[in-house]
Amino acid sequence: MDAEPVIDVQRLNVWFGKRHILHDVDFRVMPGEIRVIMGGSGSGKSTLLRHLLGLLKPRSGSVRILGTDIAAASSAEVLRLRRQMGVSFQGGALFTSMTVGENVALPLREHTDLDENTVRIMSRLKLEVVNLGGFQDLMPSQLSGGMVKRAALARAIVMDPKLLFFDEPSAGLDPVVSAELDELILQLRDAMRMSIIVVTHELESAFKIADTITVLDRGHILMTGPVAAVRASDNERIQDLLNRRPRKVEVDTDEYLRRLTEAEVD
Amino acid sequence: MALDAILKPINRLGRGTASALAELGYAGAILVESVYFALVGWRHGQPVRPAAIVEQMRQVGIDAIPIVLLLSFTVGLMLGIQFVSAFSEFNAESQVVMAVAKSVTREFGALITGILVAGRSGSAFAARIGSMNVSQEVDALYVIGIEPVRYLAAPALVAMLVMLPTLTVLANTAAIVGAALYCAPVLEVSPVVYIIQTLHALEMRDIWEGLSKSVVFAVIITLVGISTGFGVTGGAEGVGRATTRAVVLSITLLVVADMVFSFFLNR
Ligand SMILES: Nc1ncnc2c1ncn2[C@@H]1O[C@H](COP(=O)(O)OP(=O)(O)OP(=O)(O)O)[C@@H](O)[C@H]1O
Ligand SMILES: [Mg+2]
Repeated sequence: MDAEPVIDVQRLNVWFGKRHILHDVDFRVMPGEIRVIMGGSGSGKSTLLRHLLGLLKPRSGSVRILGTDIAAASSAEVLRLRRQMGVSFQGGALFTSMTVGENVALPLREHTDLDENTVRIMSRLKLEVVNLGGFQDLMPSQLSGGMVKRAALARAIVMDPKLLFFDEPSAGLDPVVSAELDELILQLRDAMRMSIIVVTHELESAFKIADTITVLDRGHILMTGPVAAVRASDNERIQDLLNRRPRKVEVDTDEYLRRLTEAEVD
Repeated sequence: MALDAILKPINRLGRGTASALAELGYAGAILVESVYFALVGWRHGQPVRPAAIVEQMRQVGIDAIPIVLLLSFTVGLMLGIQFVSAFSEFNAESQVVMAVAKSVTREFGALITGILVAGRSGSAFAARIGSMNVSQEVDALYVIGIEPVRYLAAPALVAMLVMLPTLTVLANTAAIVGAALYCAPVLEVSPVVYIIQTLHALEMRDIWEGLSKSVVFAVIITLVGISTGFGVTGGAEGVGRATTRAVVLSITLLVVADMVFSFFLNR
């Protein structure tokens, strides 16, 4: 393929205070690809995602989204980018003071000059897509966990973005609902030719939807490759993750003693 | 170790100062950005919506009218009682009108309104933005392409700048009516005459003093509430702490600002 990558991250390093959270991360996603980011708790998945979304600016390395360096872009360029990105946050992040319908309509109201009727029809169409037809007048607090996720997805796709980000689609959902969400993600890619980045813990869901998988471990990318390649990998850490084995705790005595005796710093 | 005992507090003081300065800078940035978005945001796809401003005006202003009236009426009455008893000790009751009029318009109207609104709306700003922050709604605004300052702070600031002076005028009126009801019989005039005397006693600069204070109070309450809200970390408990802090801090700053104002305006 000679197409330009929609996401191009090079040598991204992230520190929080003195802690080095992401190490030399390279991350590339091609148009129409479904990429799953996997990794244990605390491995830096959310941190990477926040950089892809431009919520955090890289201090070292570069993040290019749809060809634009998000840290160096003018606010007009960033705004243009944002219209082409949709995000469904882990907890949904629906605006609690608005109805479901108003939530979904908000991006249209902010970014387009469509008249009220068109806005209403378009947002209801998207609610139909996620099987929430008829729920537009409820408040977010009246929805179940799975419905919140689907409503957040409807809001994320209402502008027909080129790029869709999905943080933990299946966390906290029952297996049936989470399988339905997986189905939905596949349909979205096929129907709208989106590139989709999914962060997930769920192996089953990852294998079902992913074209390619990136495995993060303690801030390092262990590998990026097609599902089959990741499954076949002989990397011990990847196999630990795939087989739910507890990781071996390597005890570095000096480091251990240093941690215990170290004076308070911050 | 003895050195440590000296260095530790200095260290802490240094860190405290640094974080206070950082907060001040942050609040200043919110102020500048809000003004920027309110003036030219629409040219850059970030308009401050009149509907949002009106909604904020209702919440911070209209909804506060009954309590502001009630409280300032009561304080006016109290001032009347105190001034009458104080002045009657040296037979200067005729000065009561003047004393009530000036202390209400220059000081108490704005202060009472400010403290009330800080308690009602400063805390509401902190709680609303804080909980939006915790539930990633602020992040969601960013990624949708809505600047949170434009969407959450600018309408609140504009609404406060309009409504706090308005409420202050109402408070002044209610306080003087309250004073009139007590003082007029004591001074053996009718309440209407008392109020006419008050209007004669007042100068334009008395009113302006109170109103200019209320503008400063509006900025303080809004910025403290909003910057505290944006700074929330640590879930629901964090939101609770932020709410308390917003009220205590804004009332403290408000009283200090009031004192500074009074000092320089009355020299
Ligand atoms: N704002 C922050 N300040 C300091 N450290 C942070 C911050 N955010 C994340 N970290 C640290 O960065 C590391 C990676 O966190 P991150 O949230 O990216 O992990 P994750 O892979 O998303 O984990 P999980 O699957 O549990 O959500 C963690 O060690 C965390 O403590
Ligand atoms: Mg995470």
